[in-house]
Order: sequence, then C-alpha cells, then structure tokens
Amino acid sequence: MIQLLGDWLPQLLQGVLWTLRLMVLSFALAAVLALPIALARLSANGMLRLLAHLYVELVRGMPSLTLLFLIYFGLPNLGITLRAIDAAVIGLGLNGAAYVSEIYRAGILAIDSGQREAAQMIGMRHRQVLRFVILPQAVRVVLAPLGNFAIALLKDTSVASLISAPEMMLQARDLTSEYFMPLQIYVAVGVMYLLMALPLASLVRFMESRLGAGLPKEKAV
Amino acid sequence: MGTHAKGLLKRFCGRKDLNWPPGMTANDLQGLANAPPLITVSNLCKSFGGQPALDNVSLTVAAGERVALIGSSGSGKTTLLRCVAHLEKPTSGEVIVAGRHVGDRIVDGRKIVMLDRQLAEIRTGIGMVFQRFNLFPHLTALENIMLGPLKVLRMKRDEIEPFALELLKKVGLAHKAGAYPEHLSGGQQQRVAIARSLAMRPKLMLFDEATSALDPELVAEVLEVMRQLAAEGMTMLIVTHEMAFAEDVADRIVVMDHGTIVDQGRPADLIANPRHPRTLALLRPKRAANLRSAS
Ligand SMILES: Nc1ncnc2c1ncn2[C@@H]1O[C@H](COP(=O)(O)OP(=O)(O)O)[C@@H](O)[C@H]1O
Ligand SMILES: [Mg+2]
Repeated sequence: MIQLLGDWLPQLLQGVLWTLRLMVLSFALAAVLALPIALARLSANGMLRLLAHLYVELVRGMPSLTLLFLIYFGLPNLGITLRAIDAAVIGLGLNGAAYVSEIYRAGILAIDSGQREAAQMIGMRHRQVLRFVILPQAVRVVLAPLGNFAIALLKDTSVASLISAPEMMLQARDLTSEYFMPLQIYVAVGVMYLLMALPLASLVRFMESRLGAGLPKEKAV
Repeated sequence: MGTHAKGLLKRFCGRKDLNWPPGMTANDLQGLANAPPLITVSNLCKSFGGQPALDNVSLTVAAGERVALIGSSGSGKTTLLRCVAHLEKPTSGEVIVAGRHVGDRIVDGRKIVMLDRQLAEIRTGIGMVFQRFNLFPHLTALENIMLGPLKVLRMKRDEIEPFALELLKKVGLAHKAGAYPEHLSGGQQQRVAIARSLAMRPKLMLFDEATSALDPELVAEVLEVMRQLAAEGMTMLIVTHEMAFAEDVADRIVVMDHGTIVDQGRPADLIANPRHPRTLALLRPKRAANLRSAS
C-alpha cells in the first residue's frame, strides 16, 4: 500500500498543481470580469443594466459544465480551438463572474447612500465617488463572500476533468483504472481538496472577524 | 488635467490668503446690496410618489446671509435643502446657485441635460453638513478633510495638509488628525464633517439638522463652530430645531409647514409679529401653549 502510494502520489500531486492553477486563474478572471458587470447592473443606463442582468441570469441558470462543453466542444465549430485547461479557465471564469458580480453588487449596495452624497457634495464626479469612497468600503464587505466563492470554485474545478483538463479528478480517474484502488485514491483526493480548502476557510474566518473588529487603530500622521 | 479641475484650481489658487474661512473684503460687502442672490429657488415643487413634499416654494438667499429654516417634522425642510444641492431632483421649478442653473432644464422645448462634470463643479462651491455626519469611515479625520482638495482640486498633499490641519485646529480637533471616525464622538465627527466641507472653500454652507443626532451635551460644541462660521461671513442655510440658536445667529428665519413657506422675517420681527400660528408655536412653544389655554 505504502509502496503503491509512492507510485501514484507524484501523479496525484501533479493534479493538485493543475487544480490550483485552474482555480487561481479562473478566480482572477471571474474577479476582474465581475466588476464591470456589477457596475453595469447598477448603471443609470437601462441598456447596460439589461445586458448585465441577462448575462447573470443566463450563466447562473445553466450548469457550469454546459458552459465548459460549449467552449471546448462548441467553439471549434467557429474555428476557435482551445487547450482543455484554457477552456476550463475561461468557462469557470465566465461562470464565476456572474456569481462574483452579485457579490460586488451587494457590497456596493451595502454602503450607506449618505457616503455617496457626502462625496458628491465635495464635488466628486461619479467615477471618483466610486473609486475613492464606495469601492474602498465595499472591498471590506466583499472579502468574506469572495473567500467563500473561492472555496466553492476550488471544488468546482473538478468538472474540468470532463473535458479532460489534467486536474486532480482526471489524474485520479487515470490512476484508478491503472491501480484498481478507487477507495484509497479517492480518499487521498478528498484529503487533498480538504487541505487546499481549509486554509481558505480560515482566511475567510479571519477576514470576517477583522470586519467585526472594525478599522485599524489610530494611524500616526 | 480636465477643464473641471483646472477651473476649480484657478478658483482655489486665485485666493492667495489661506485664512479660514474665505473672509469677505470691504468690496464684497459693498457689493452685497446689489449683488444677485447666491441661491434663488423659484416655484419649486417636489413630490414623492404623488405625495407633495414641496409645494411651490420660492426663496432667495443673499451672499453673506444666514437663513434658518424651521418647521415641524415632515414640513419639507430637508427636501428643500436637498433640492438646492440637487441630491433630490425637483418635480418642477428652478434652482439657481451662484448664477448657475442647477440640474436639467428645458429651453425652447428642448431638454438640456446637466452633465456629471457640471453638477460636480457647482457642488464644489456648496458645503453640506448632514444630520448623520457621513464621514468616510475608511479615512482618518485628516484624510477626510484632504480627500476633496486632493482628488477634486488635484492639489498636492504637502500643499493641502497644512491647511487641513489648520481647519482641524479651527474646529478644535488638532489632536484628532489621525483618528478614524469610529473613534470620535458624534460632536467630534460633525466638526470634522464641517471642516471637510470648508476644505473646498465653499461659497455656501447647507446644514441639515446638524445637531439632531447628537447627545445633548455635544450640541454646544457644534453650534459654537457654526456660530463662528456665521461670524466670519459665510452664507448659510440652516435647518434646525435649536430655536435659541436660530434667533441668535440667523438674519432671517423661514417657517415651513406642509411643503410651503408660511412665514419669514428677521427673528425679532417674527417673534413680535408672527403672521402664522406655526411661527408662534415653533418660536415660543410655551407662550403659544399659554395663549391657547388662556383663550
Ligand atoms: N425619499 C423620500 N421618499 C418618499 N417620501 C419622502 C422622501 N423624502 C421625504 N419624503 C416625504 O416628504 C415630506 C417632507 O420630508 P422632509 O423634507 O424630510 O421634511 P423635514 O426635513 O421638514 O422633516 C415628508 O412627508 C416625507 O415623508
Ligand atoms: Mg429633515
């Protein structure tokens, strides 16, 4: 058993690296794309609002796997062929952007309207109000839910195995067909996911407690 | 640099003296009588979901004048103030501040939309003090004061910091420069908020029940700052329930009731000769009650 573990563990760890990479990249894509979507949903422009709303509802209404298949198997019909891992990053990123935009939107709406008004009354324009007053405060509101999203995303990366992206689940499937030890291998896989998720979870808890404690203490000037 | 910032910078730097607040020169005072009013509100109506909050209100405030706005809760004082600042869009009527029409308008049947940039420029000249302070919680007292000059006027930090510290000293909080709002009392927060407005060198200050959210023992320190501001010639439109303060500081008291102005005049005249029962009830609640019970 230990002997065998030595045989398949390196391959599994390879999968861990791919999973981490997939998660980090799709998280970054989601986090970046989500901001314009959230701002569009809060925009005074009805057309922008509608488009952003449609995107969010559409993406949230279908399984992320559908989006992955669409990108990996569908896009080649339009002459766009992607590596499985890239298709997975884009698919999970586009999917995540819909969820994260809702997190951002809630974060922005959580800021008291008096903040916007006070900023407007010192002569700030819309963009300045957002950048210097609303967003710096919304970041604090958004961190914990964003961490929870990252944990969900980590687990979601496993769907990428279905388009043969070389992440952990795919390696595990390969290994089970080679060594016929599904129990041991999938337990090991579960432990790996857990080991990745736990630090994230404690980070979320840390951020939540920081939020409760409020702002930093007096700053020297 | 945008034209907005340039214009503001010019206005700001045109004043060489960094004394606080922009004191009026003898010339300004001479011109006061025939100067156009700083605020002109004409036939202003505002309703919320069909319910009128302001019903055909007209009011002018001259440069250097202190006007106190009184009236029972729900009479439309806040709405009027917010319409002047265009935080509320009037249903109809006109607001002119410092010669500039505020908000969208219709000329020859065509709607001319006021741009974000133009509105921001007008608001730069109007300071507003809110009932709930609305300090920026993620910034220290000093940073709250400097944010506008830094981002709107595009001044350098080392240019504005001495002035910001001077403002803090003026409101008695020099020792709290590095404190975040949550570590300040309500009265201290409100004084920082006043300093934050003054940092933009406004032509006009609007106060919406600046002391109503304060514990009674903290009211005086804020009124004291406002009193000082009035003494230095600032144009002020003050919504307040502090009648003694209004009588003492205001050049004119305006009485509102059910969305209309029902009475106005110099404090002494209003007290001696109230034309509306509301005036009497607000200015001298005890006497009004006595009169009622006597009759
Ligand atoms: N945002 C709003 N939405 C709906 N009704 C409002 C709003 N703001 C004010 N009102 C109504 O308008 C009237 C005037 O309110 P307000 O100007 O706040 O009075 P005051 O400041 O004199 O107490 C009140 O009846 C109030 O309920
Ligand atoms: Mg009010």
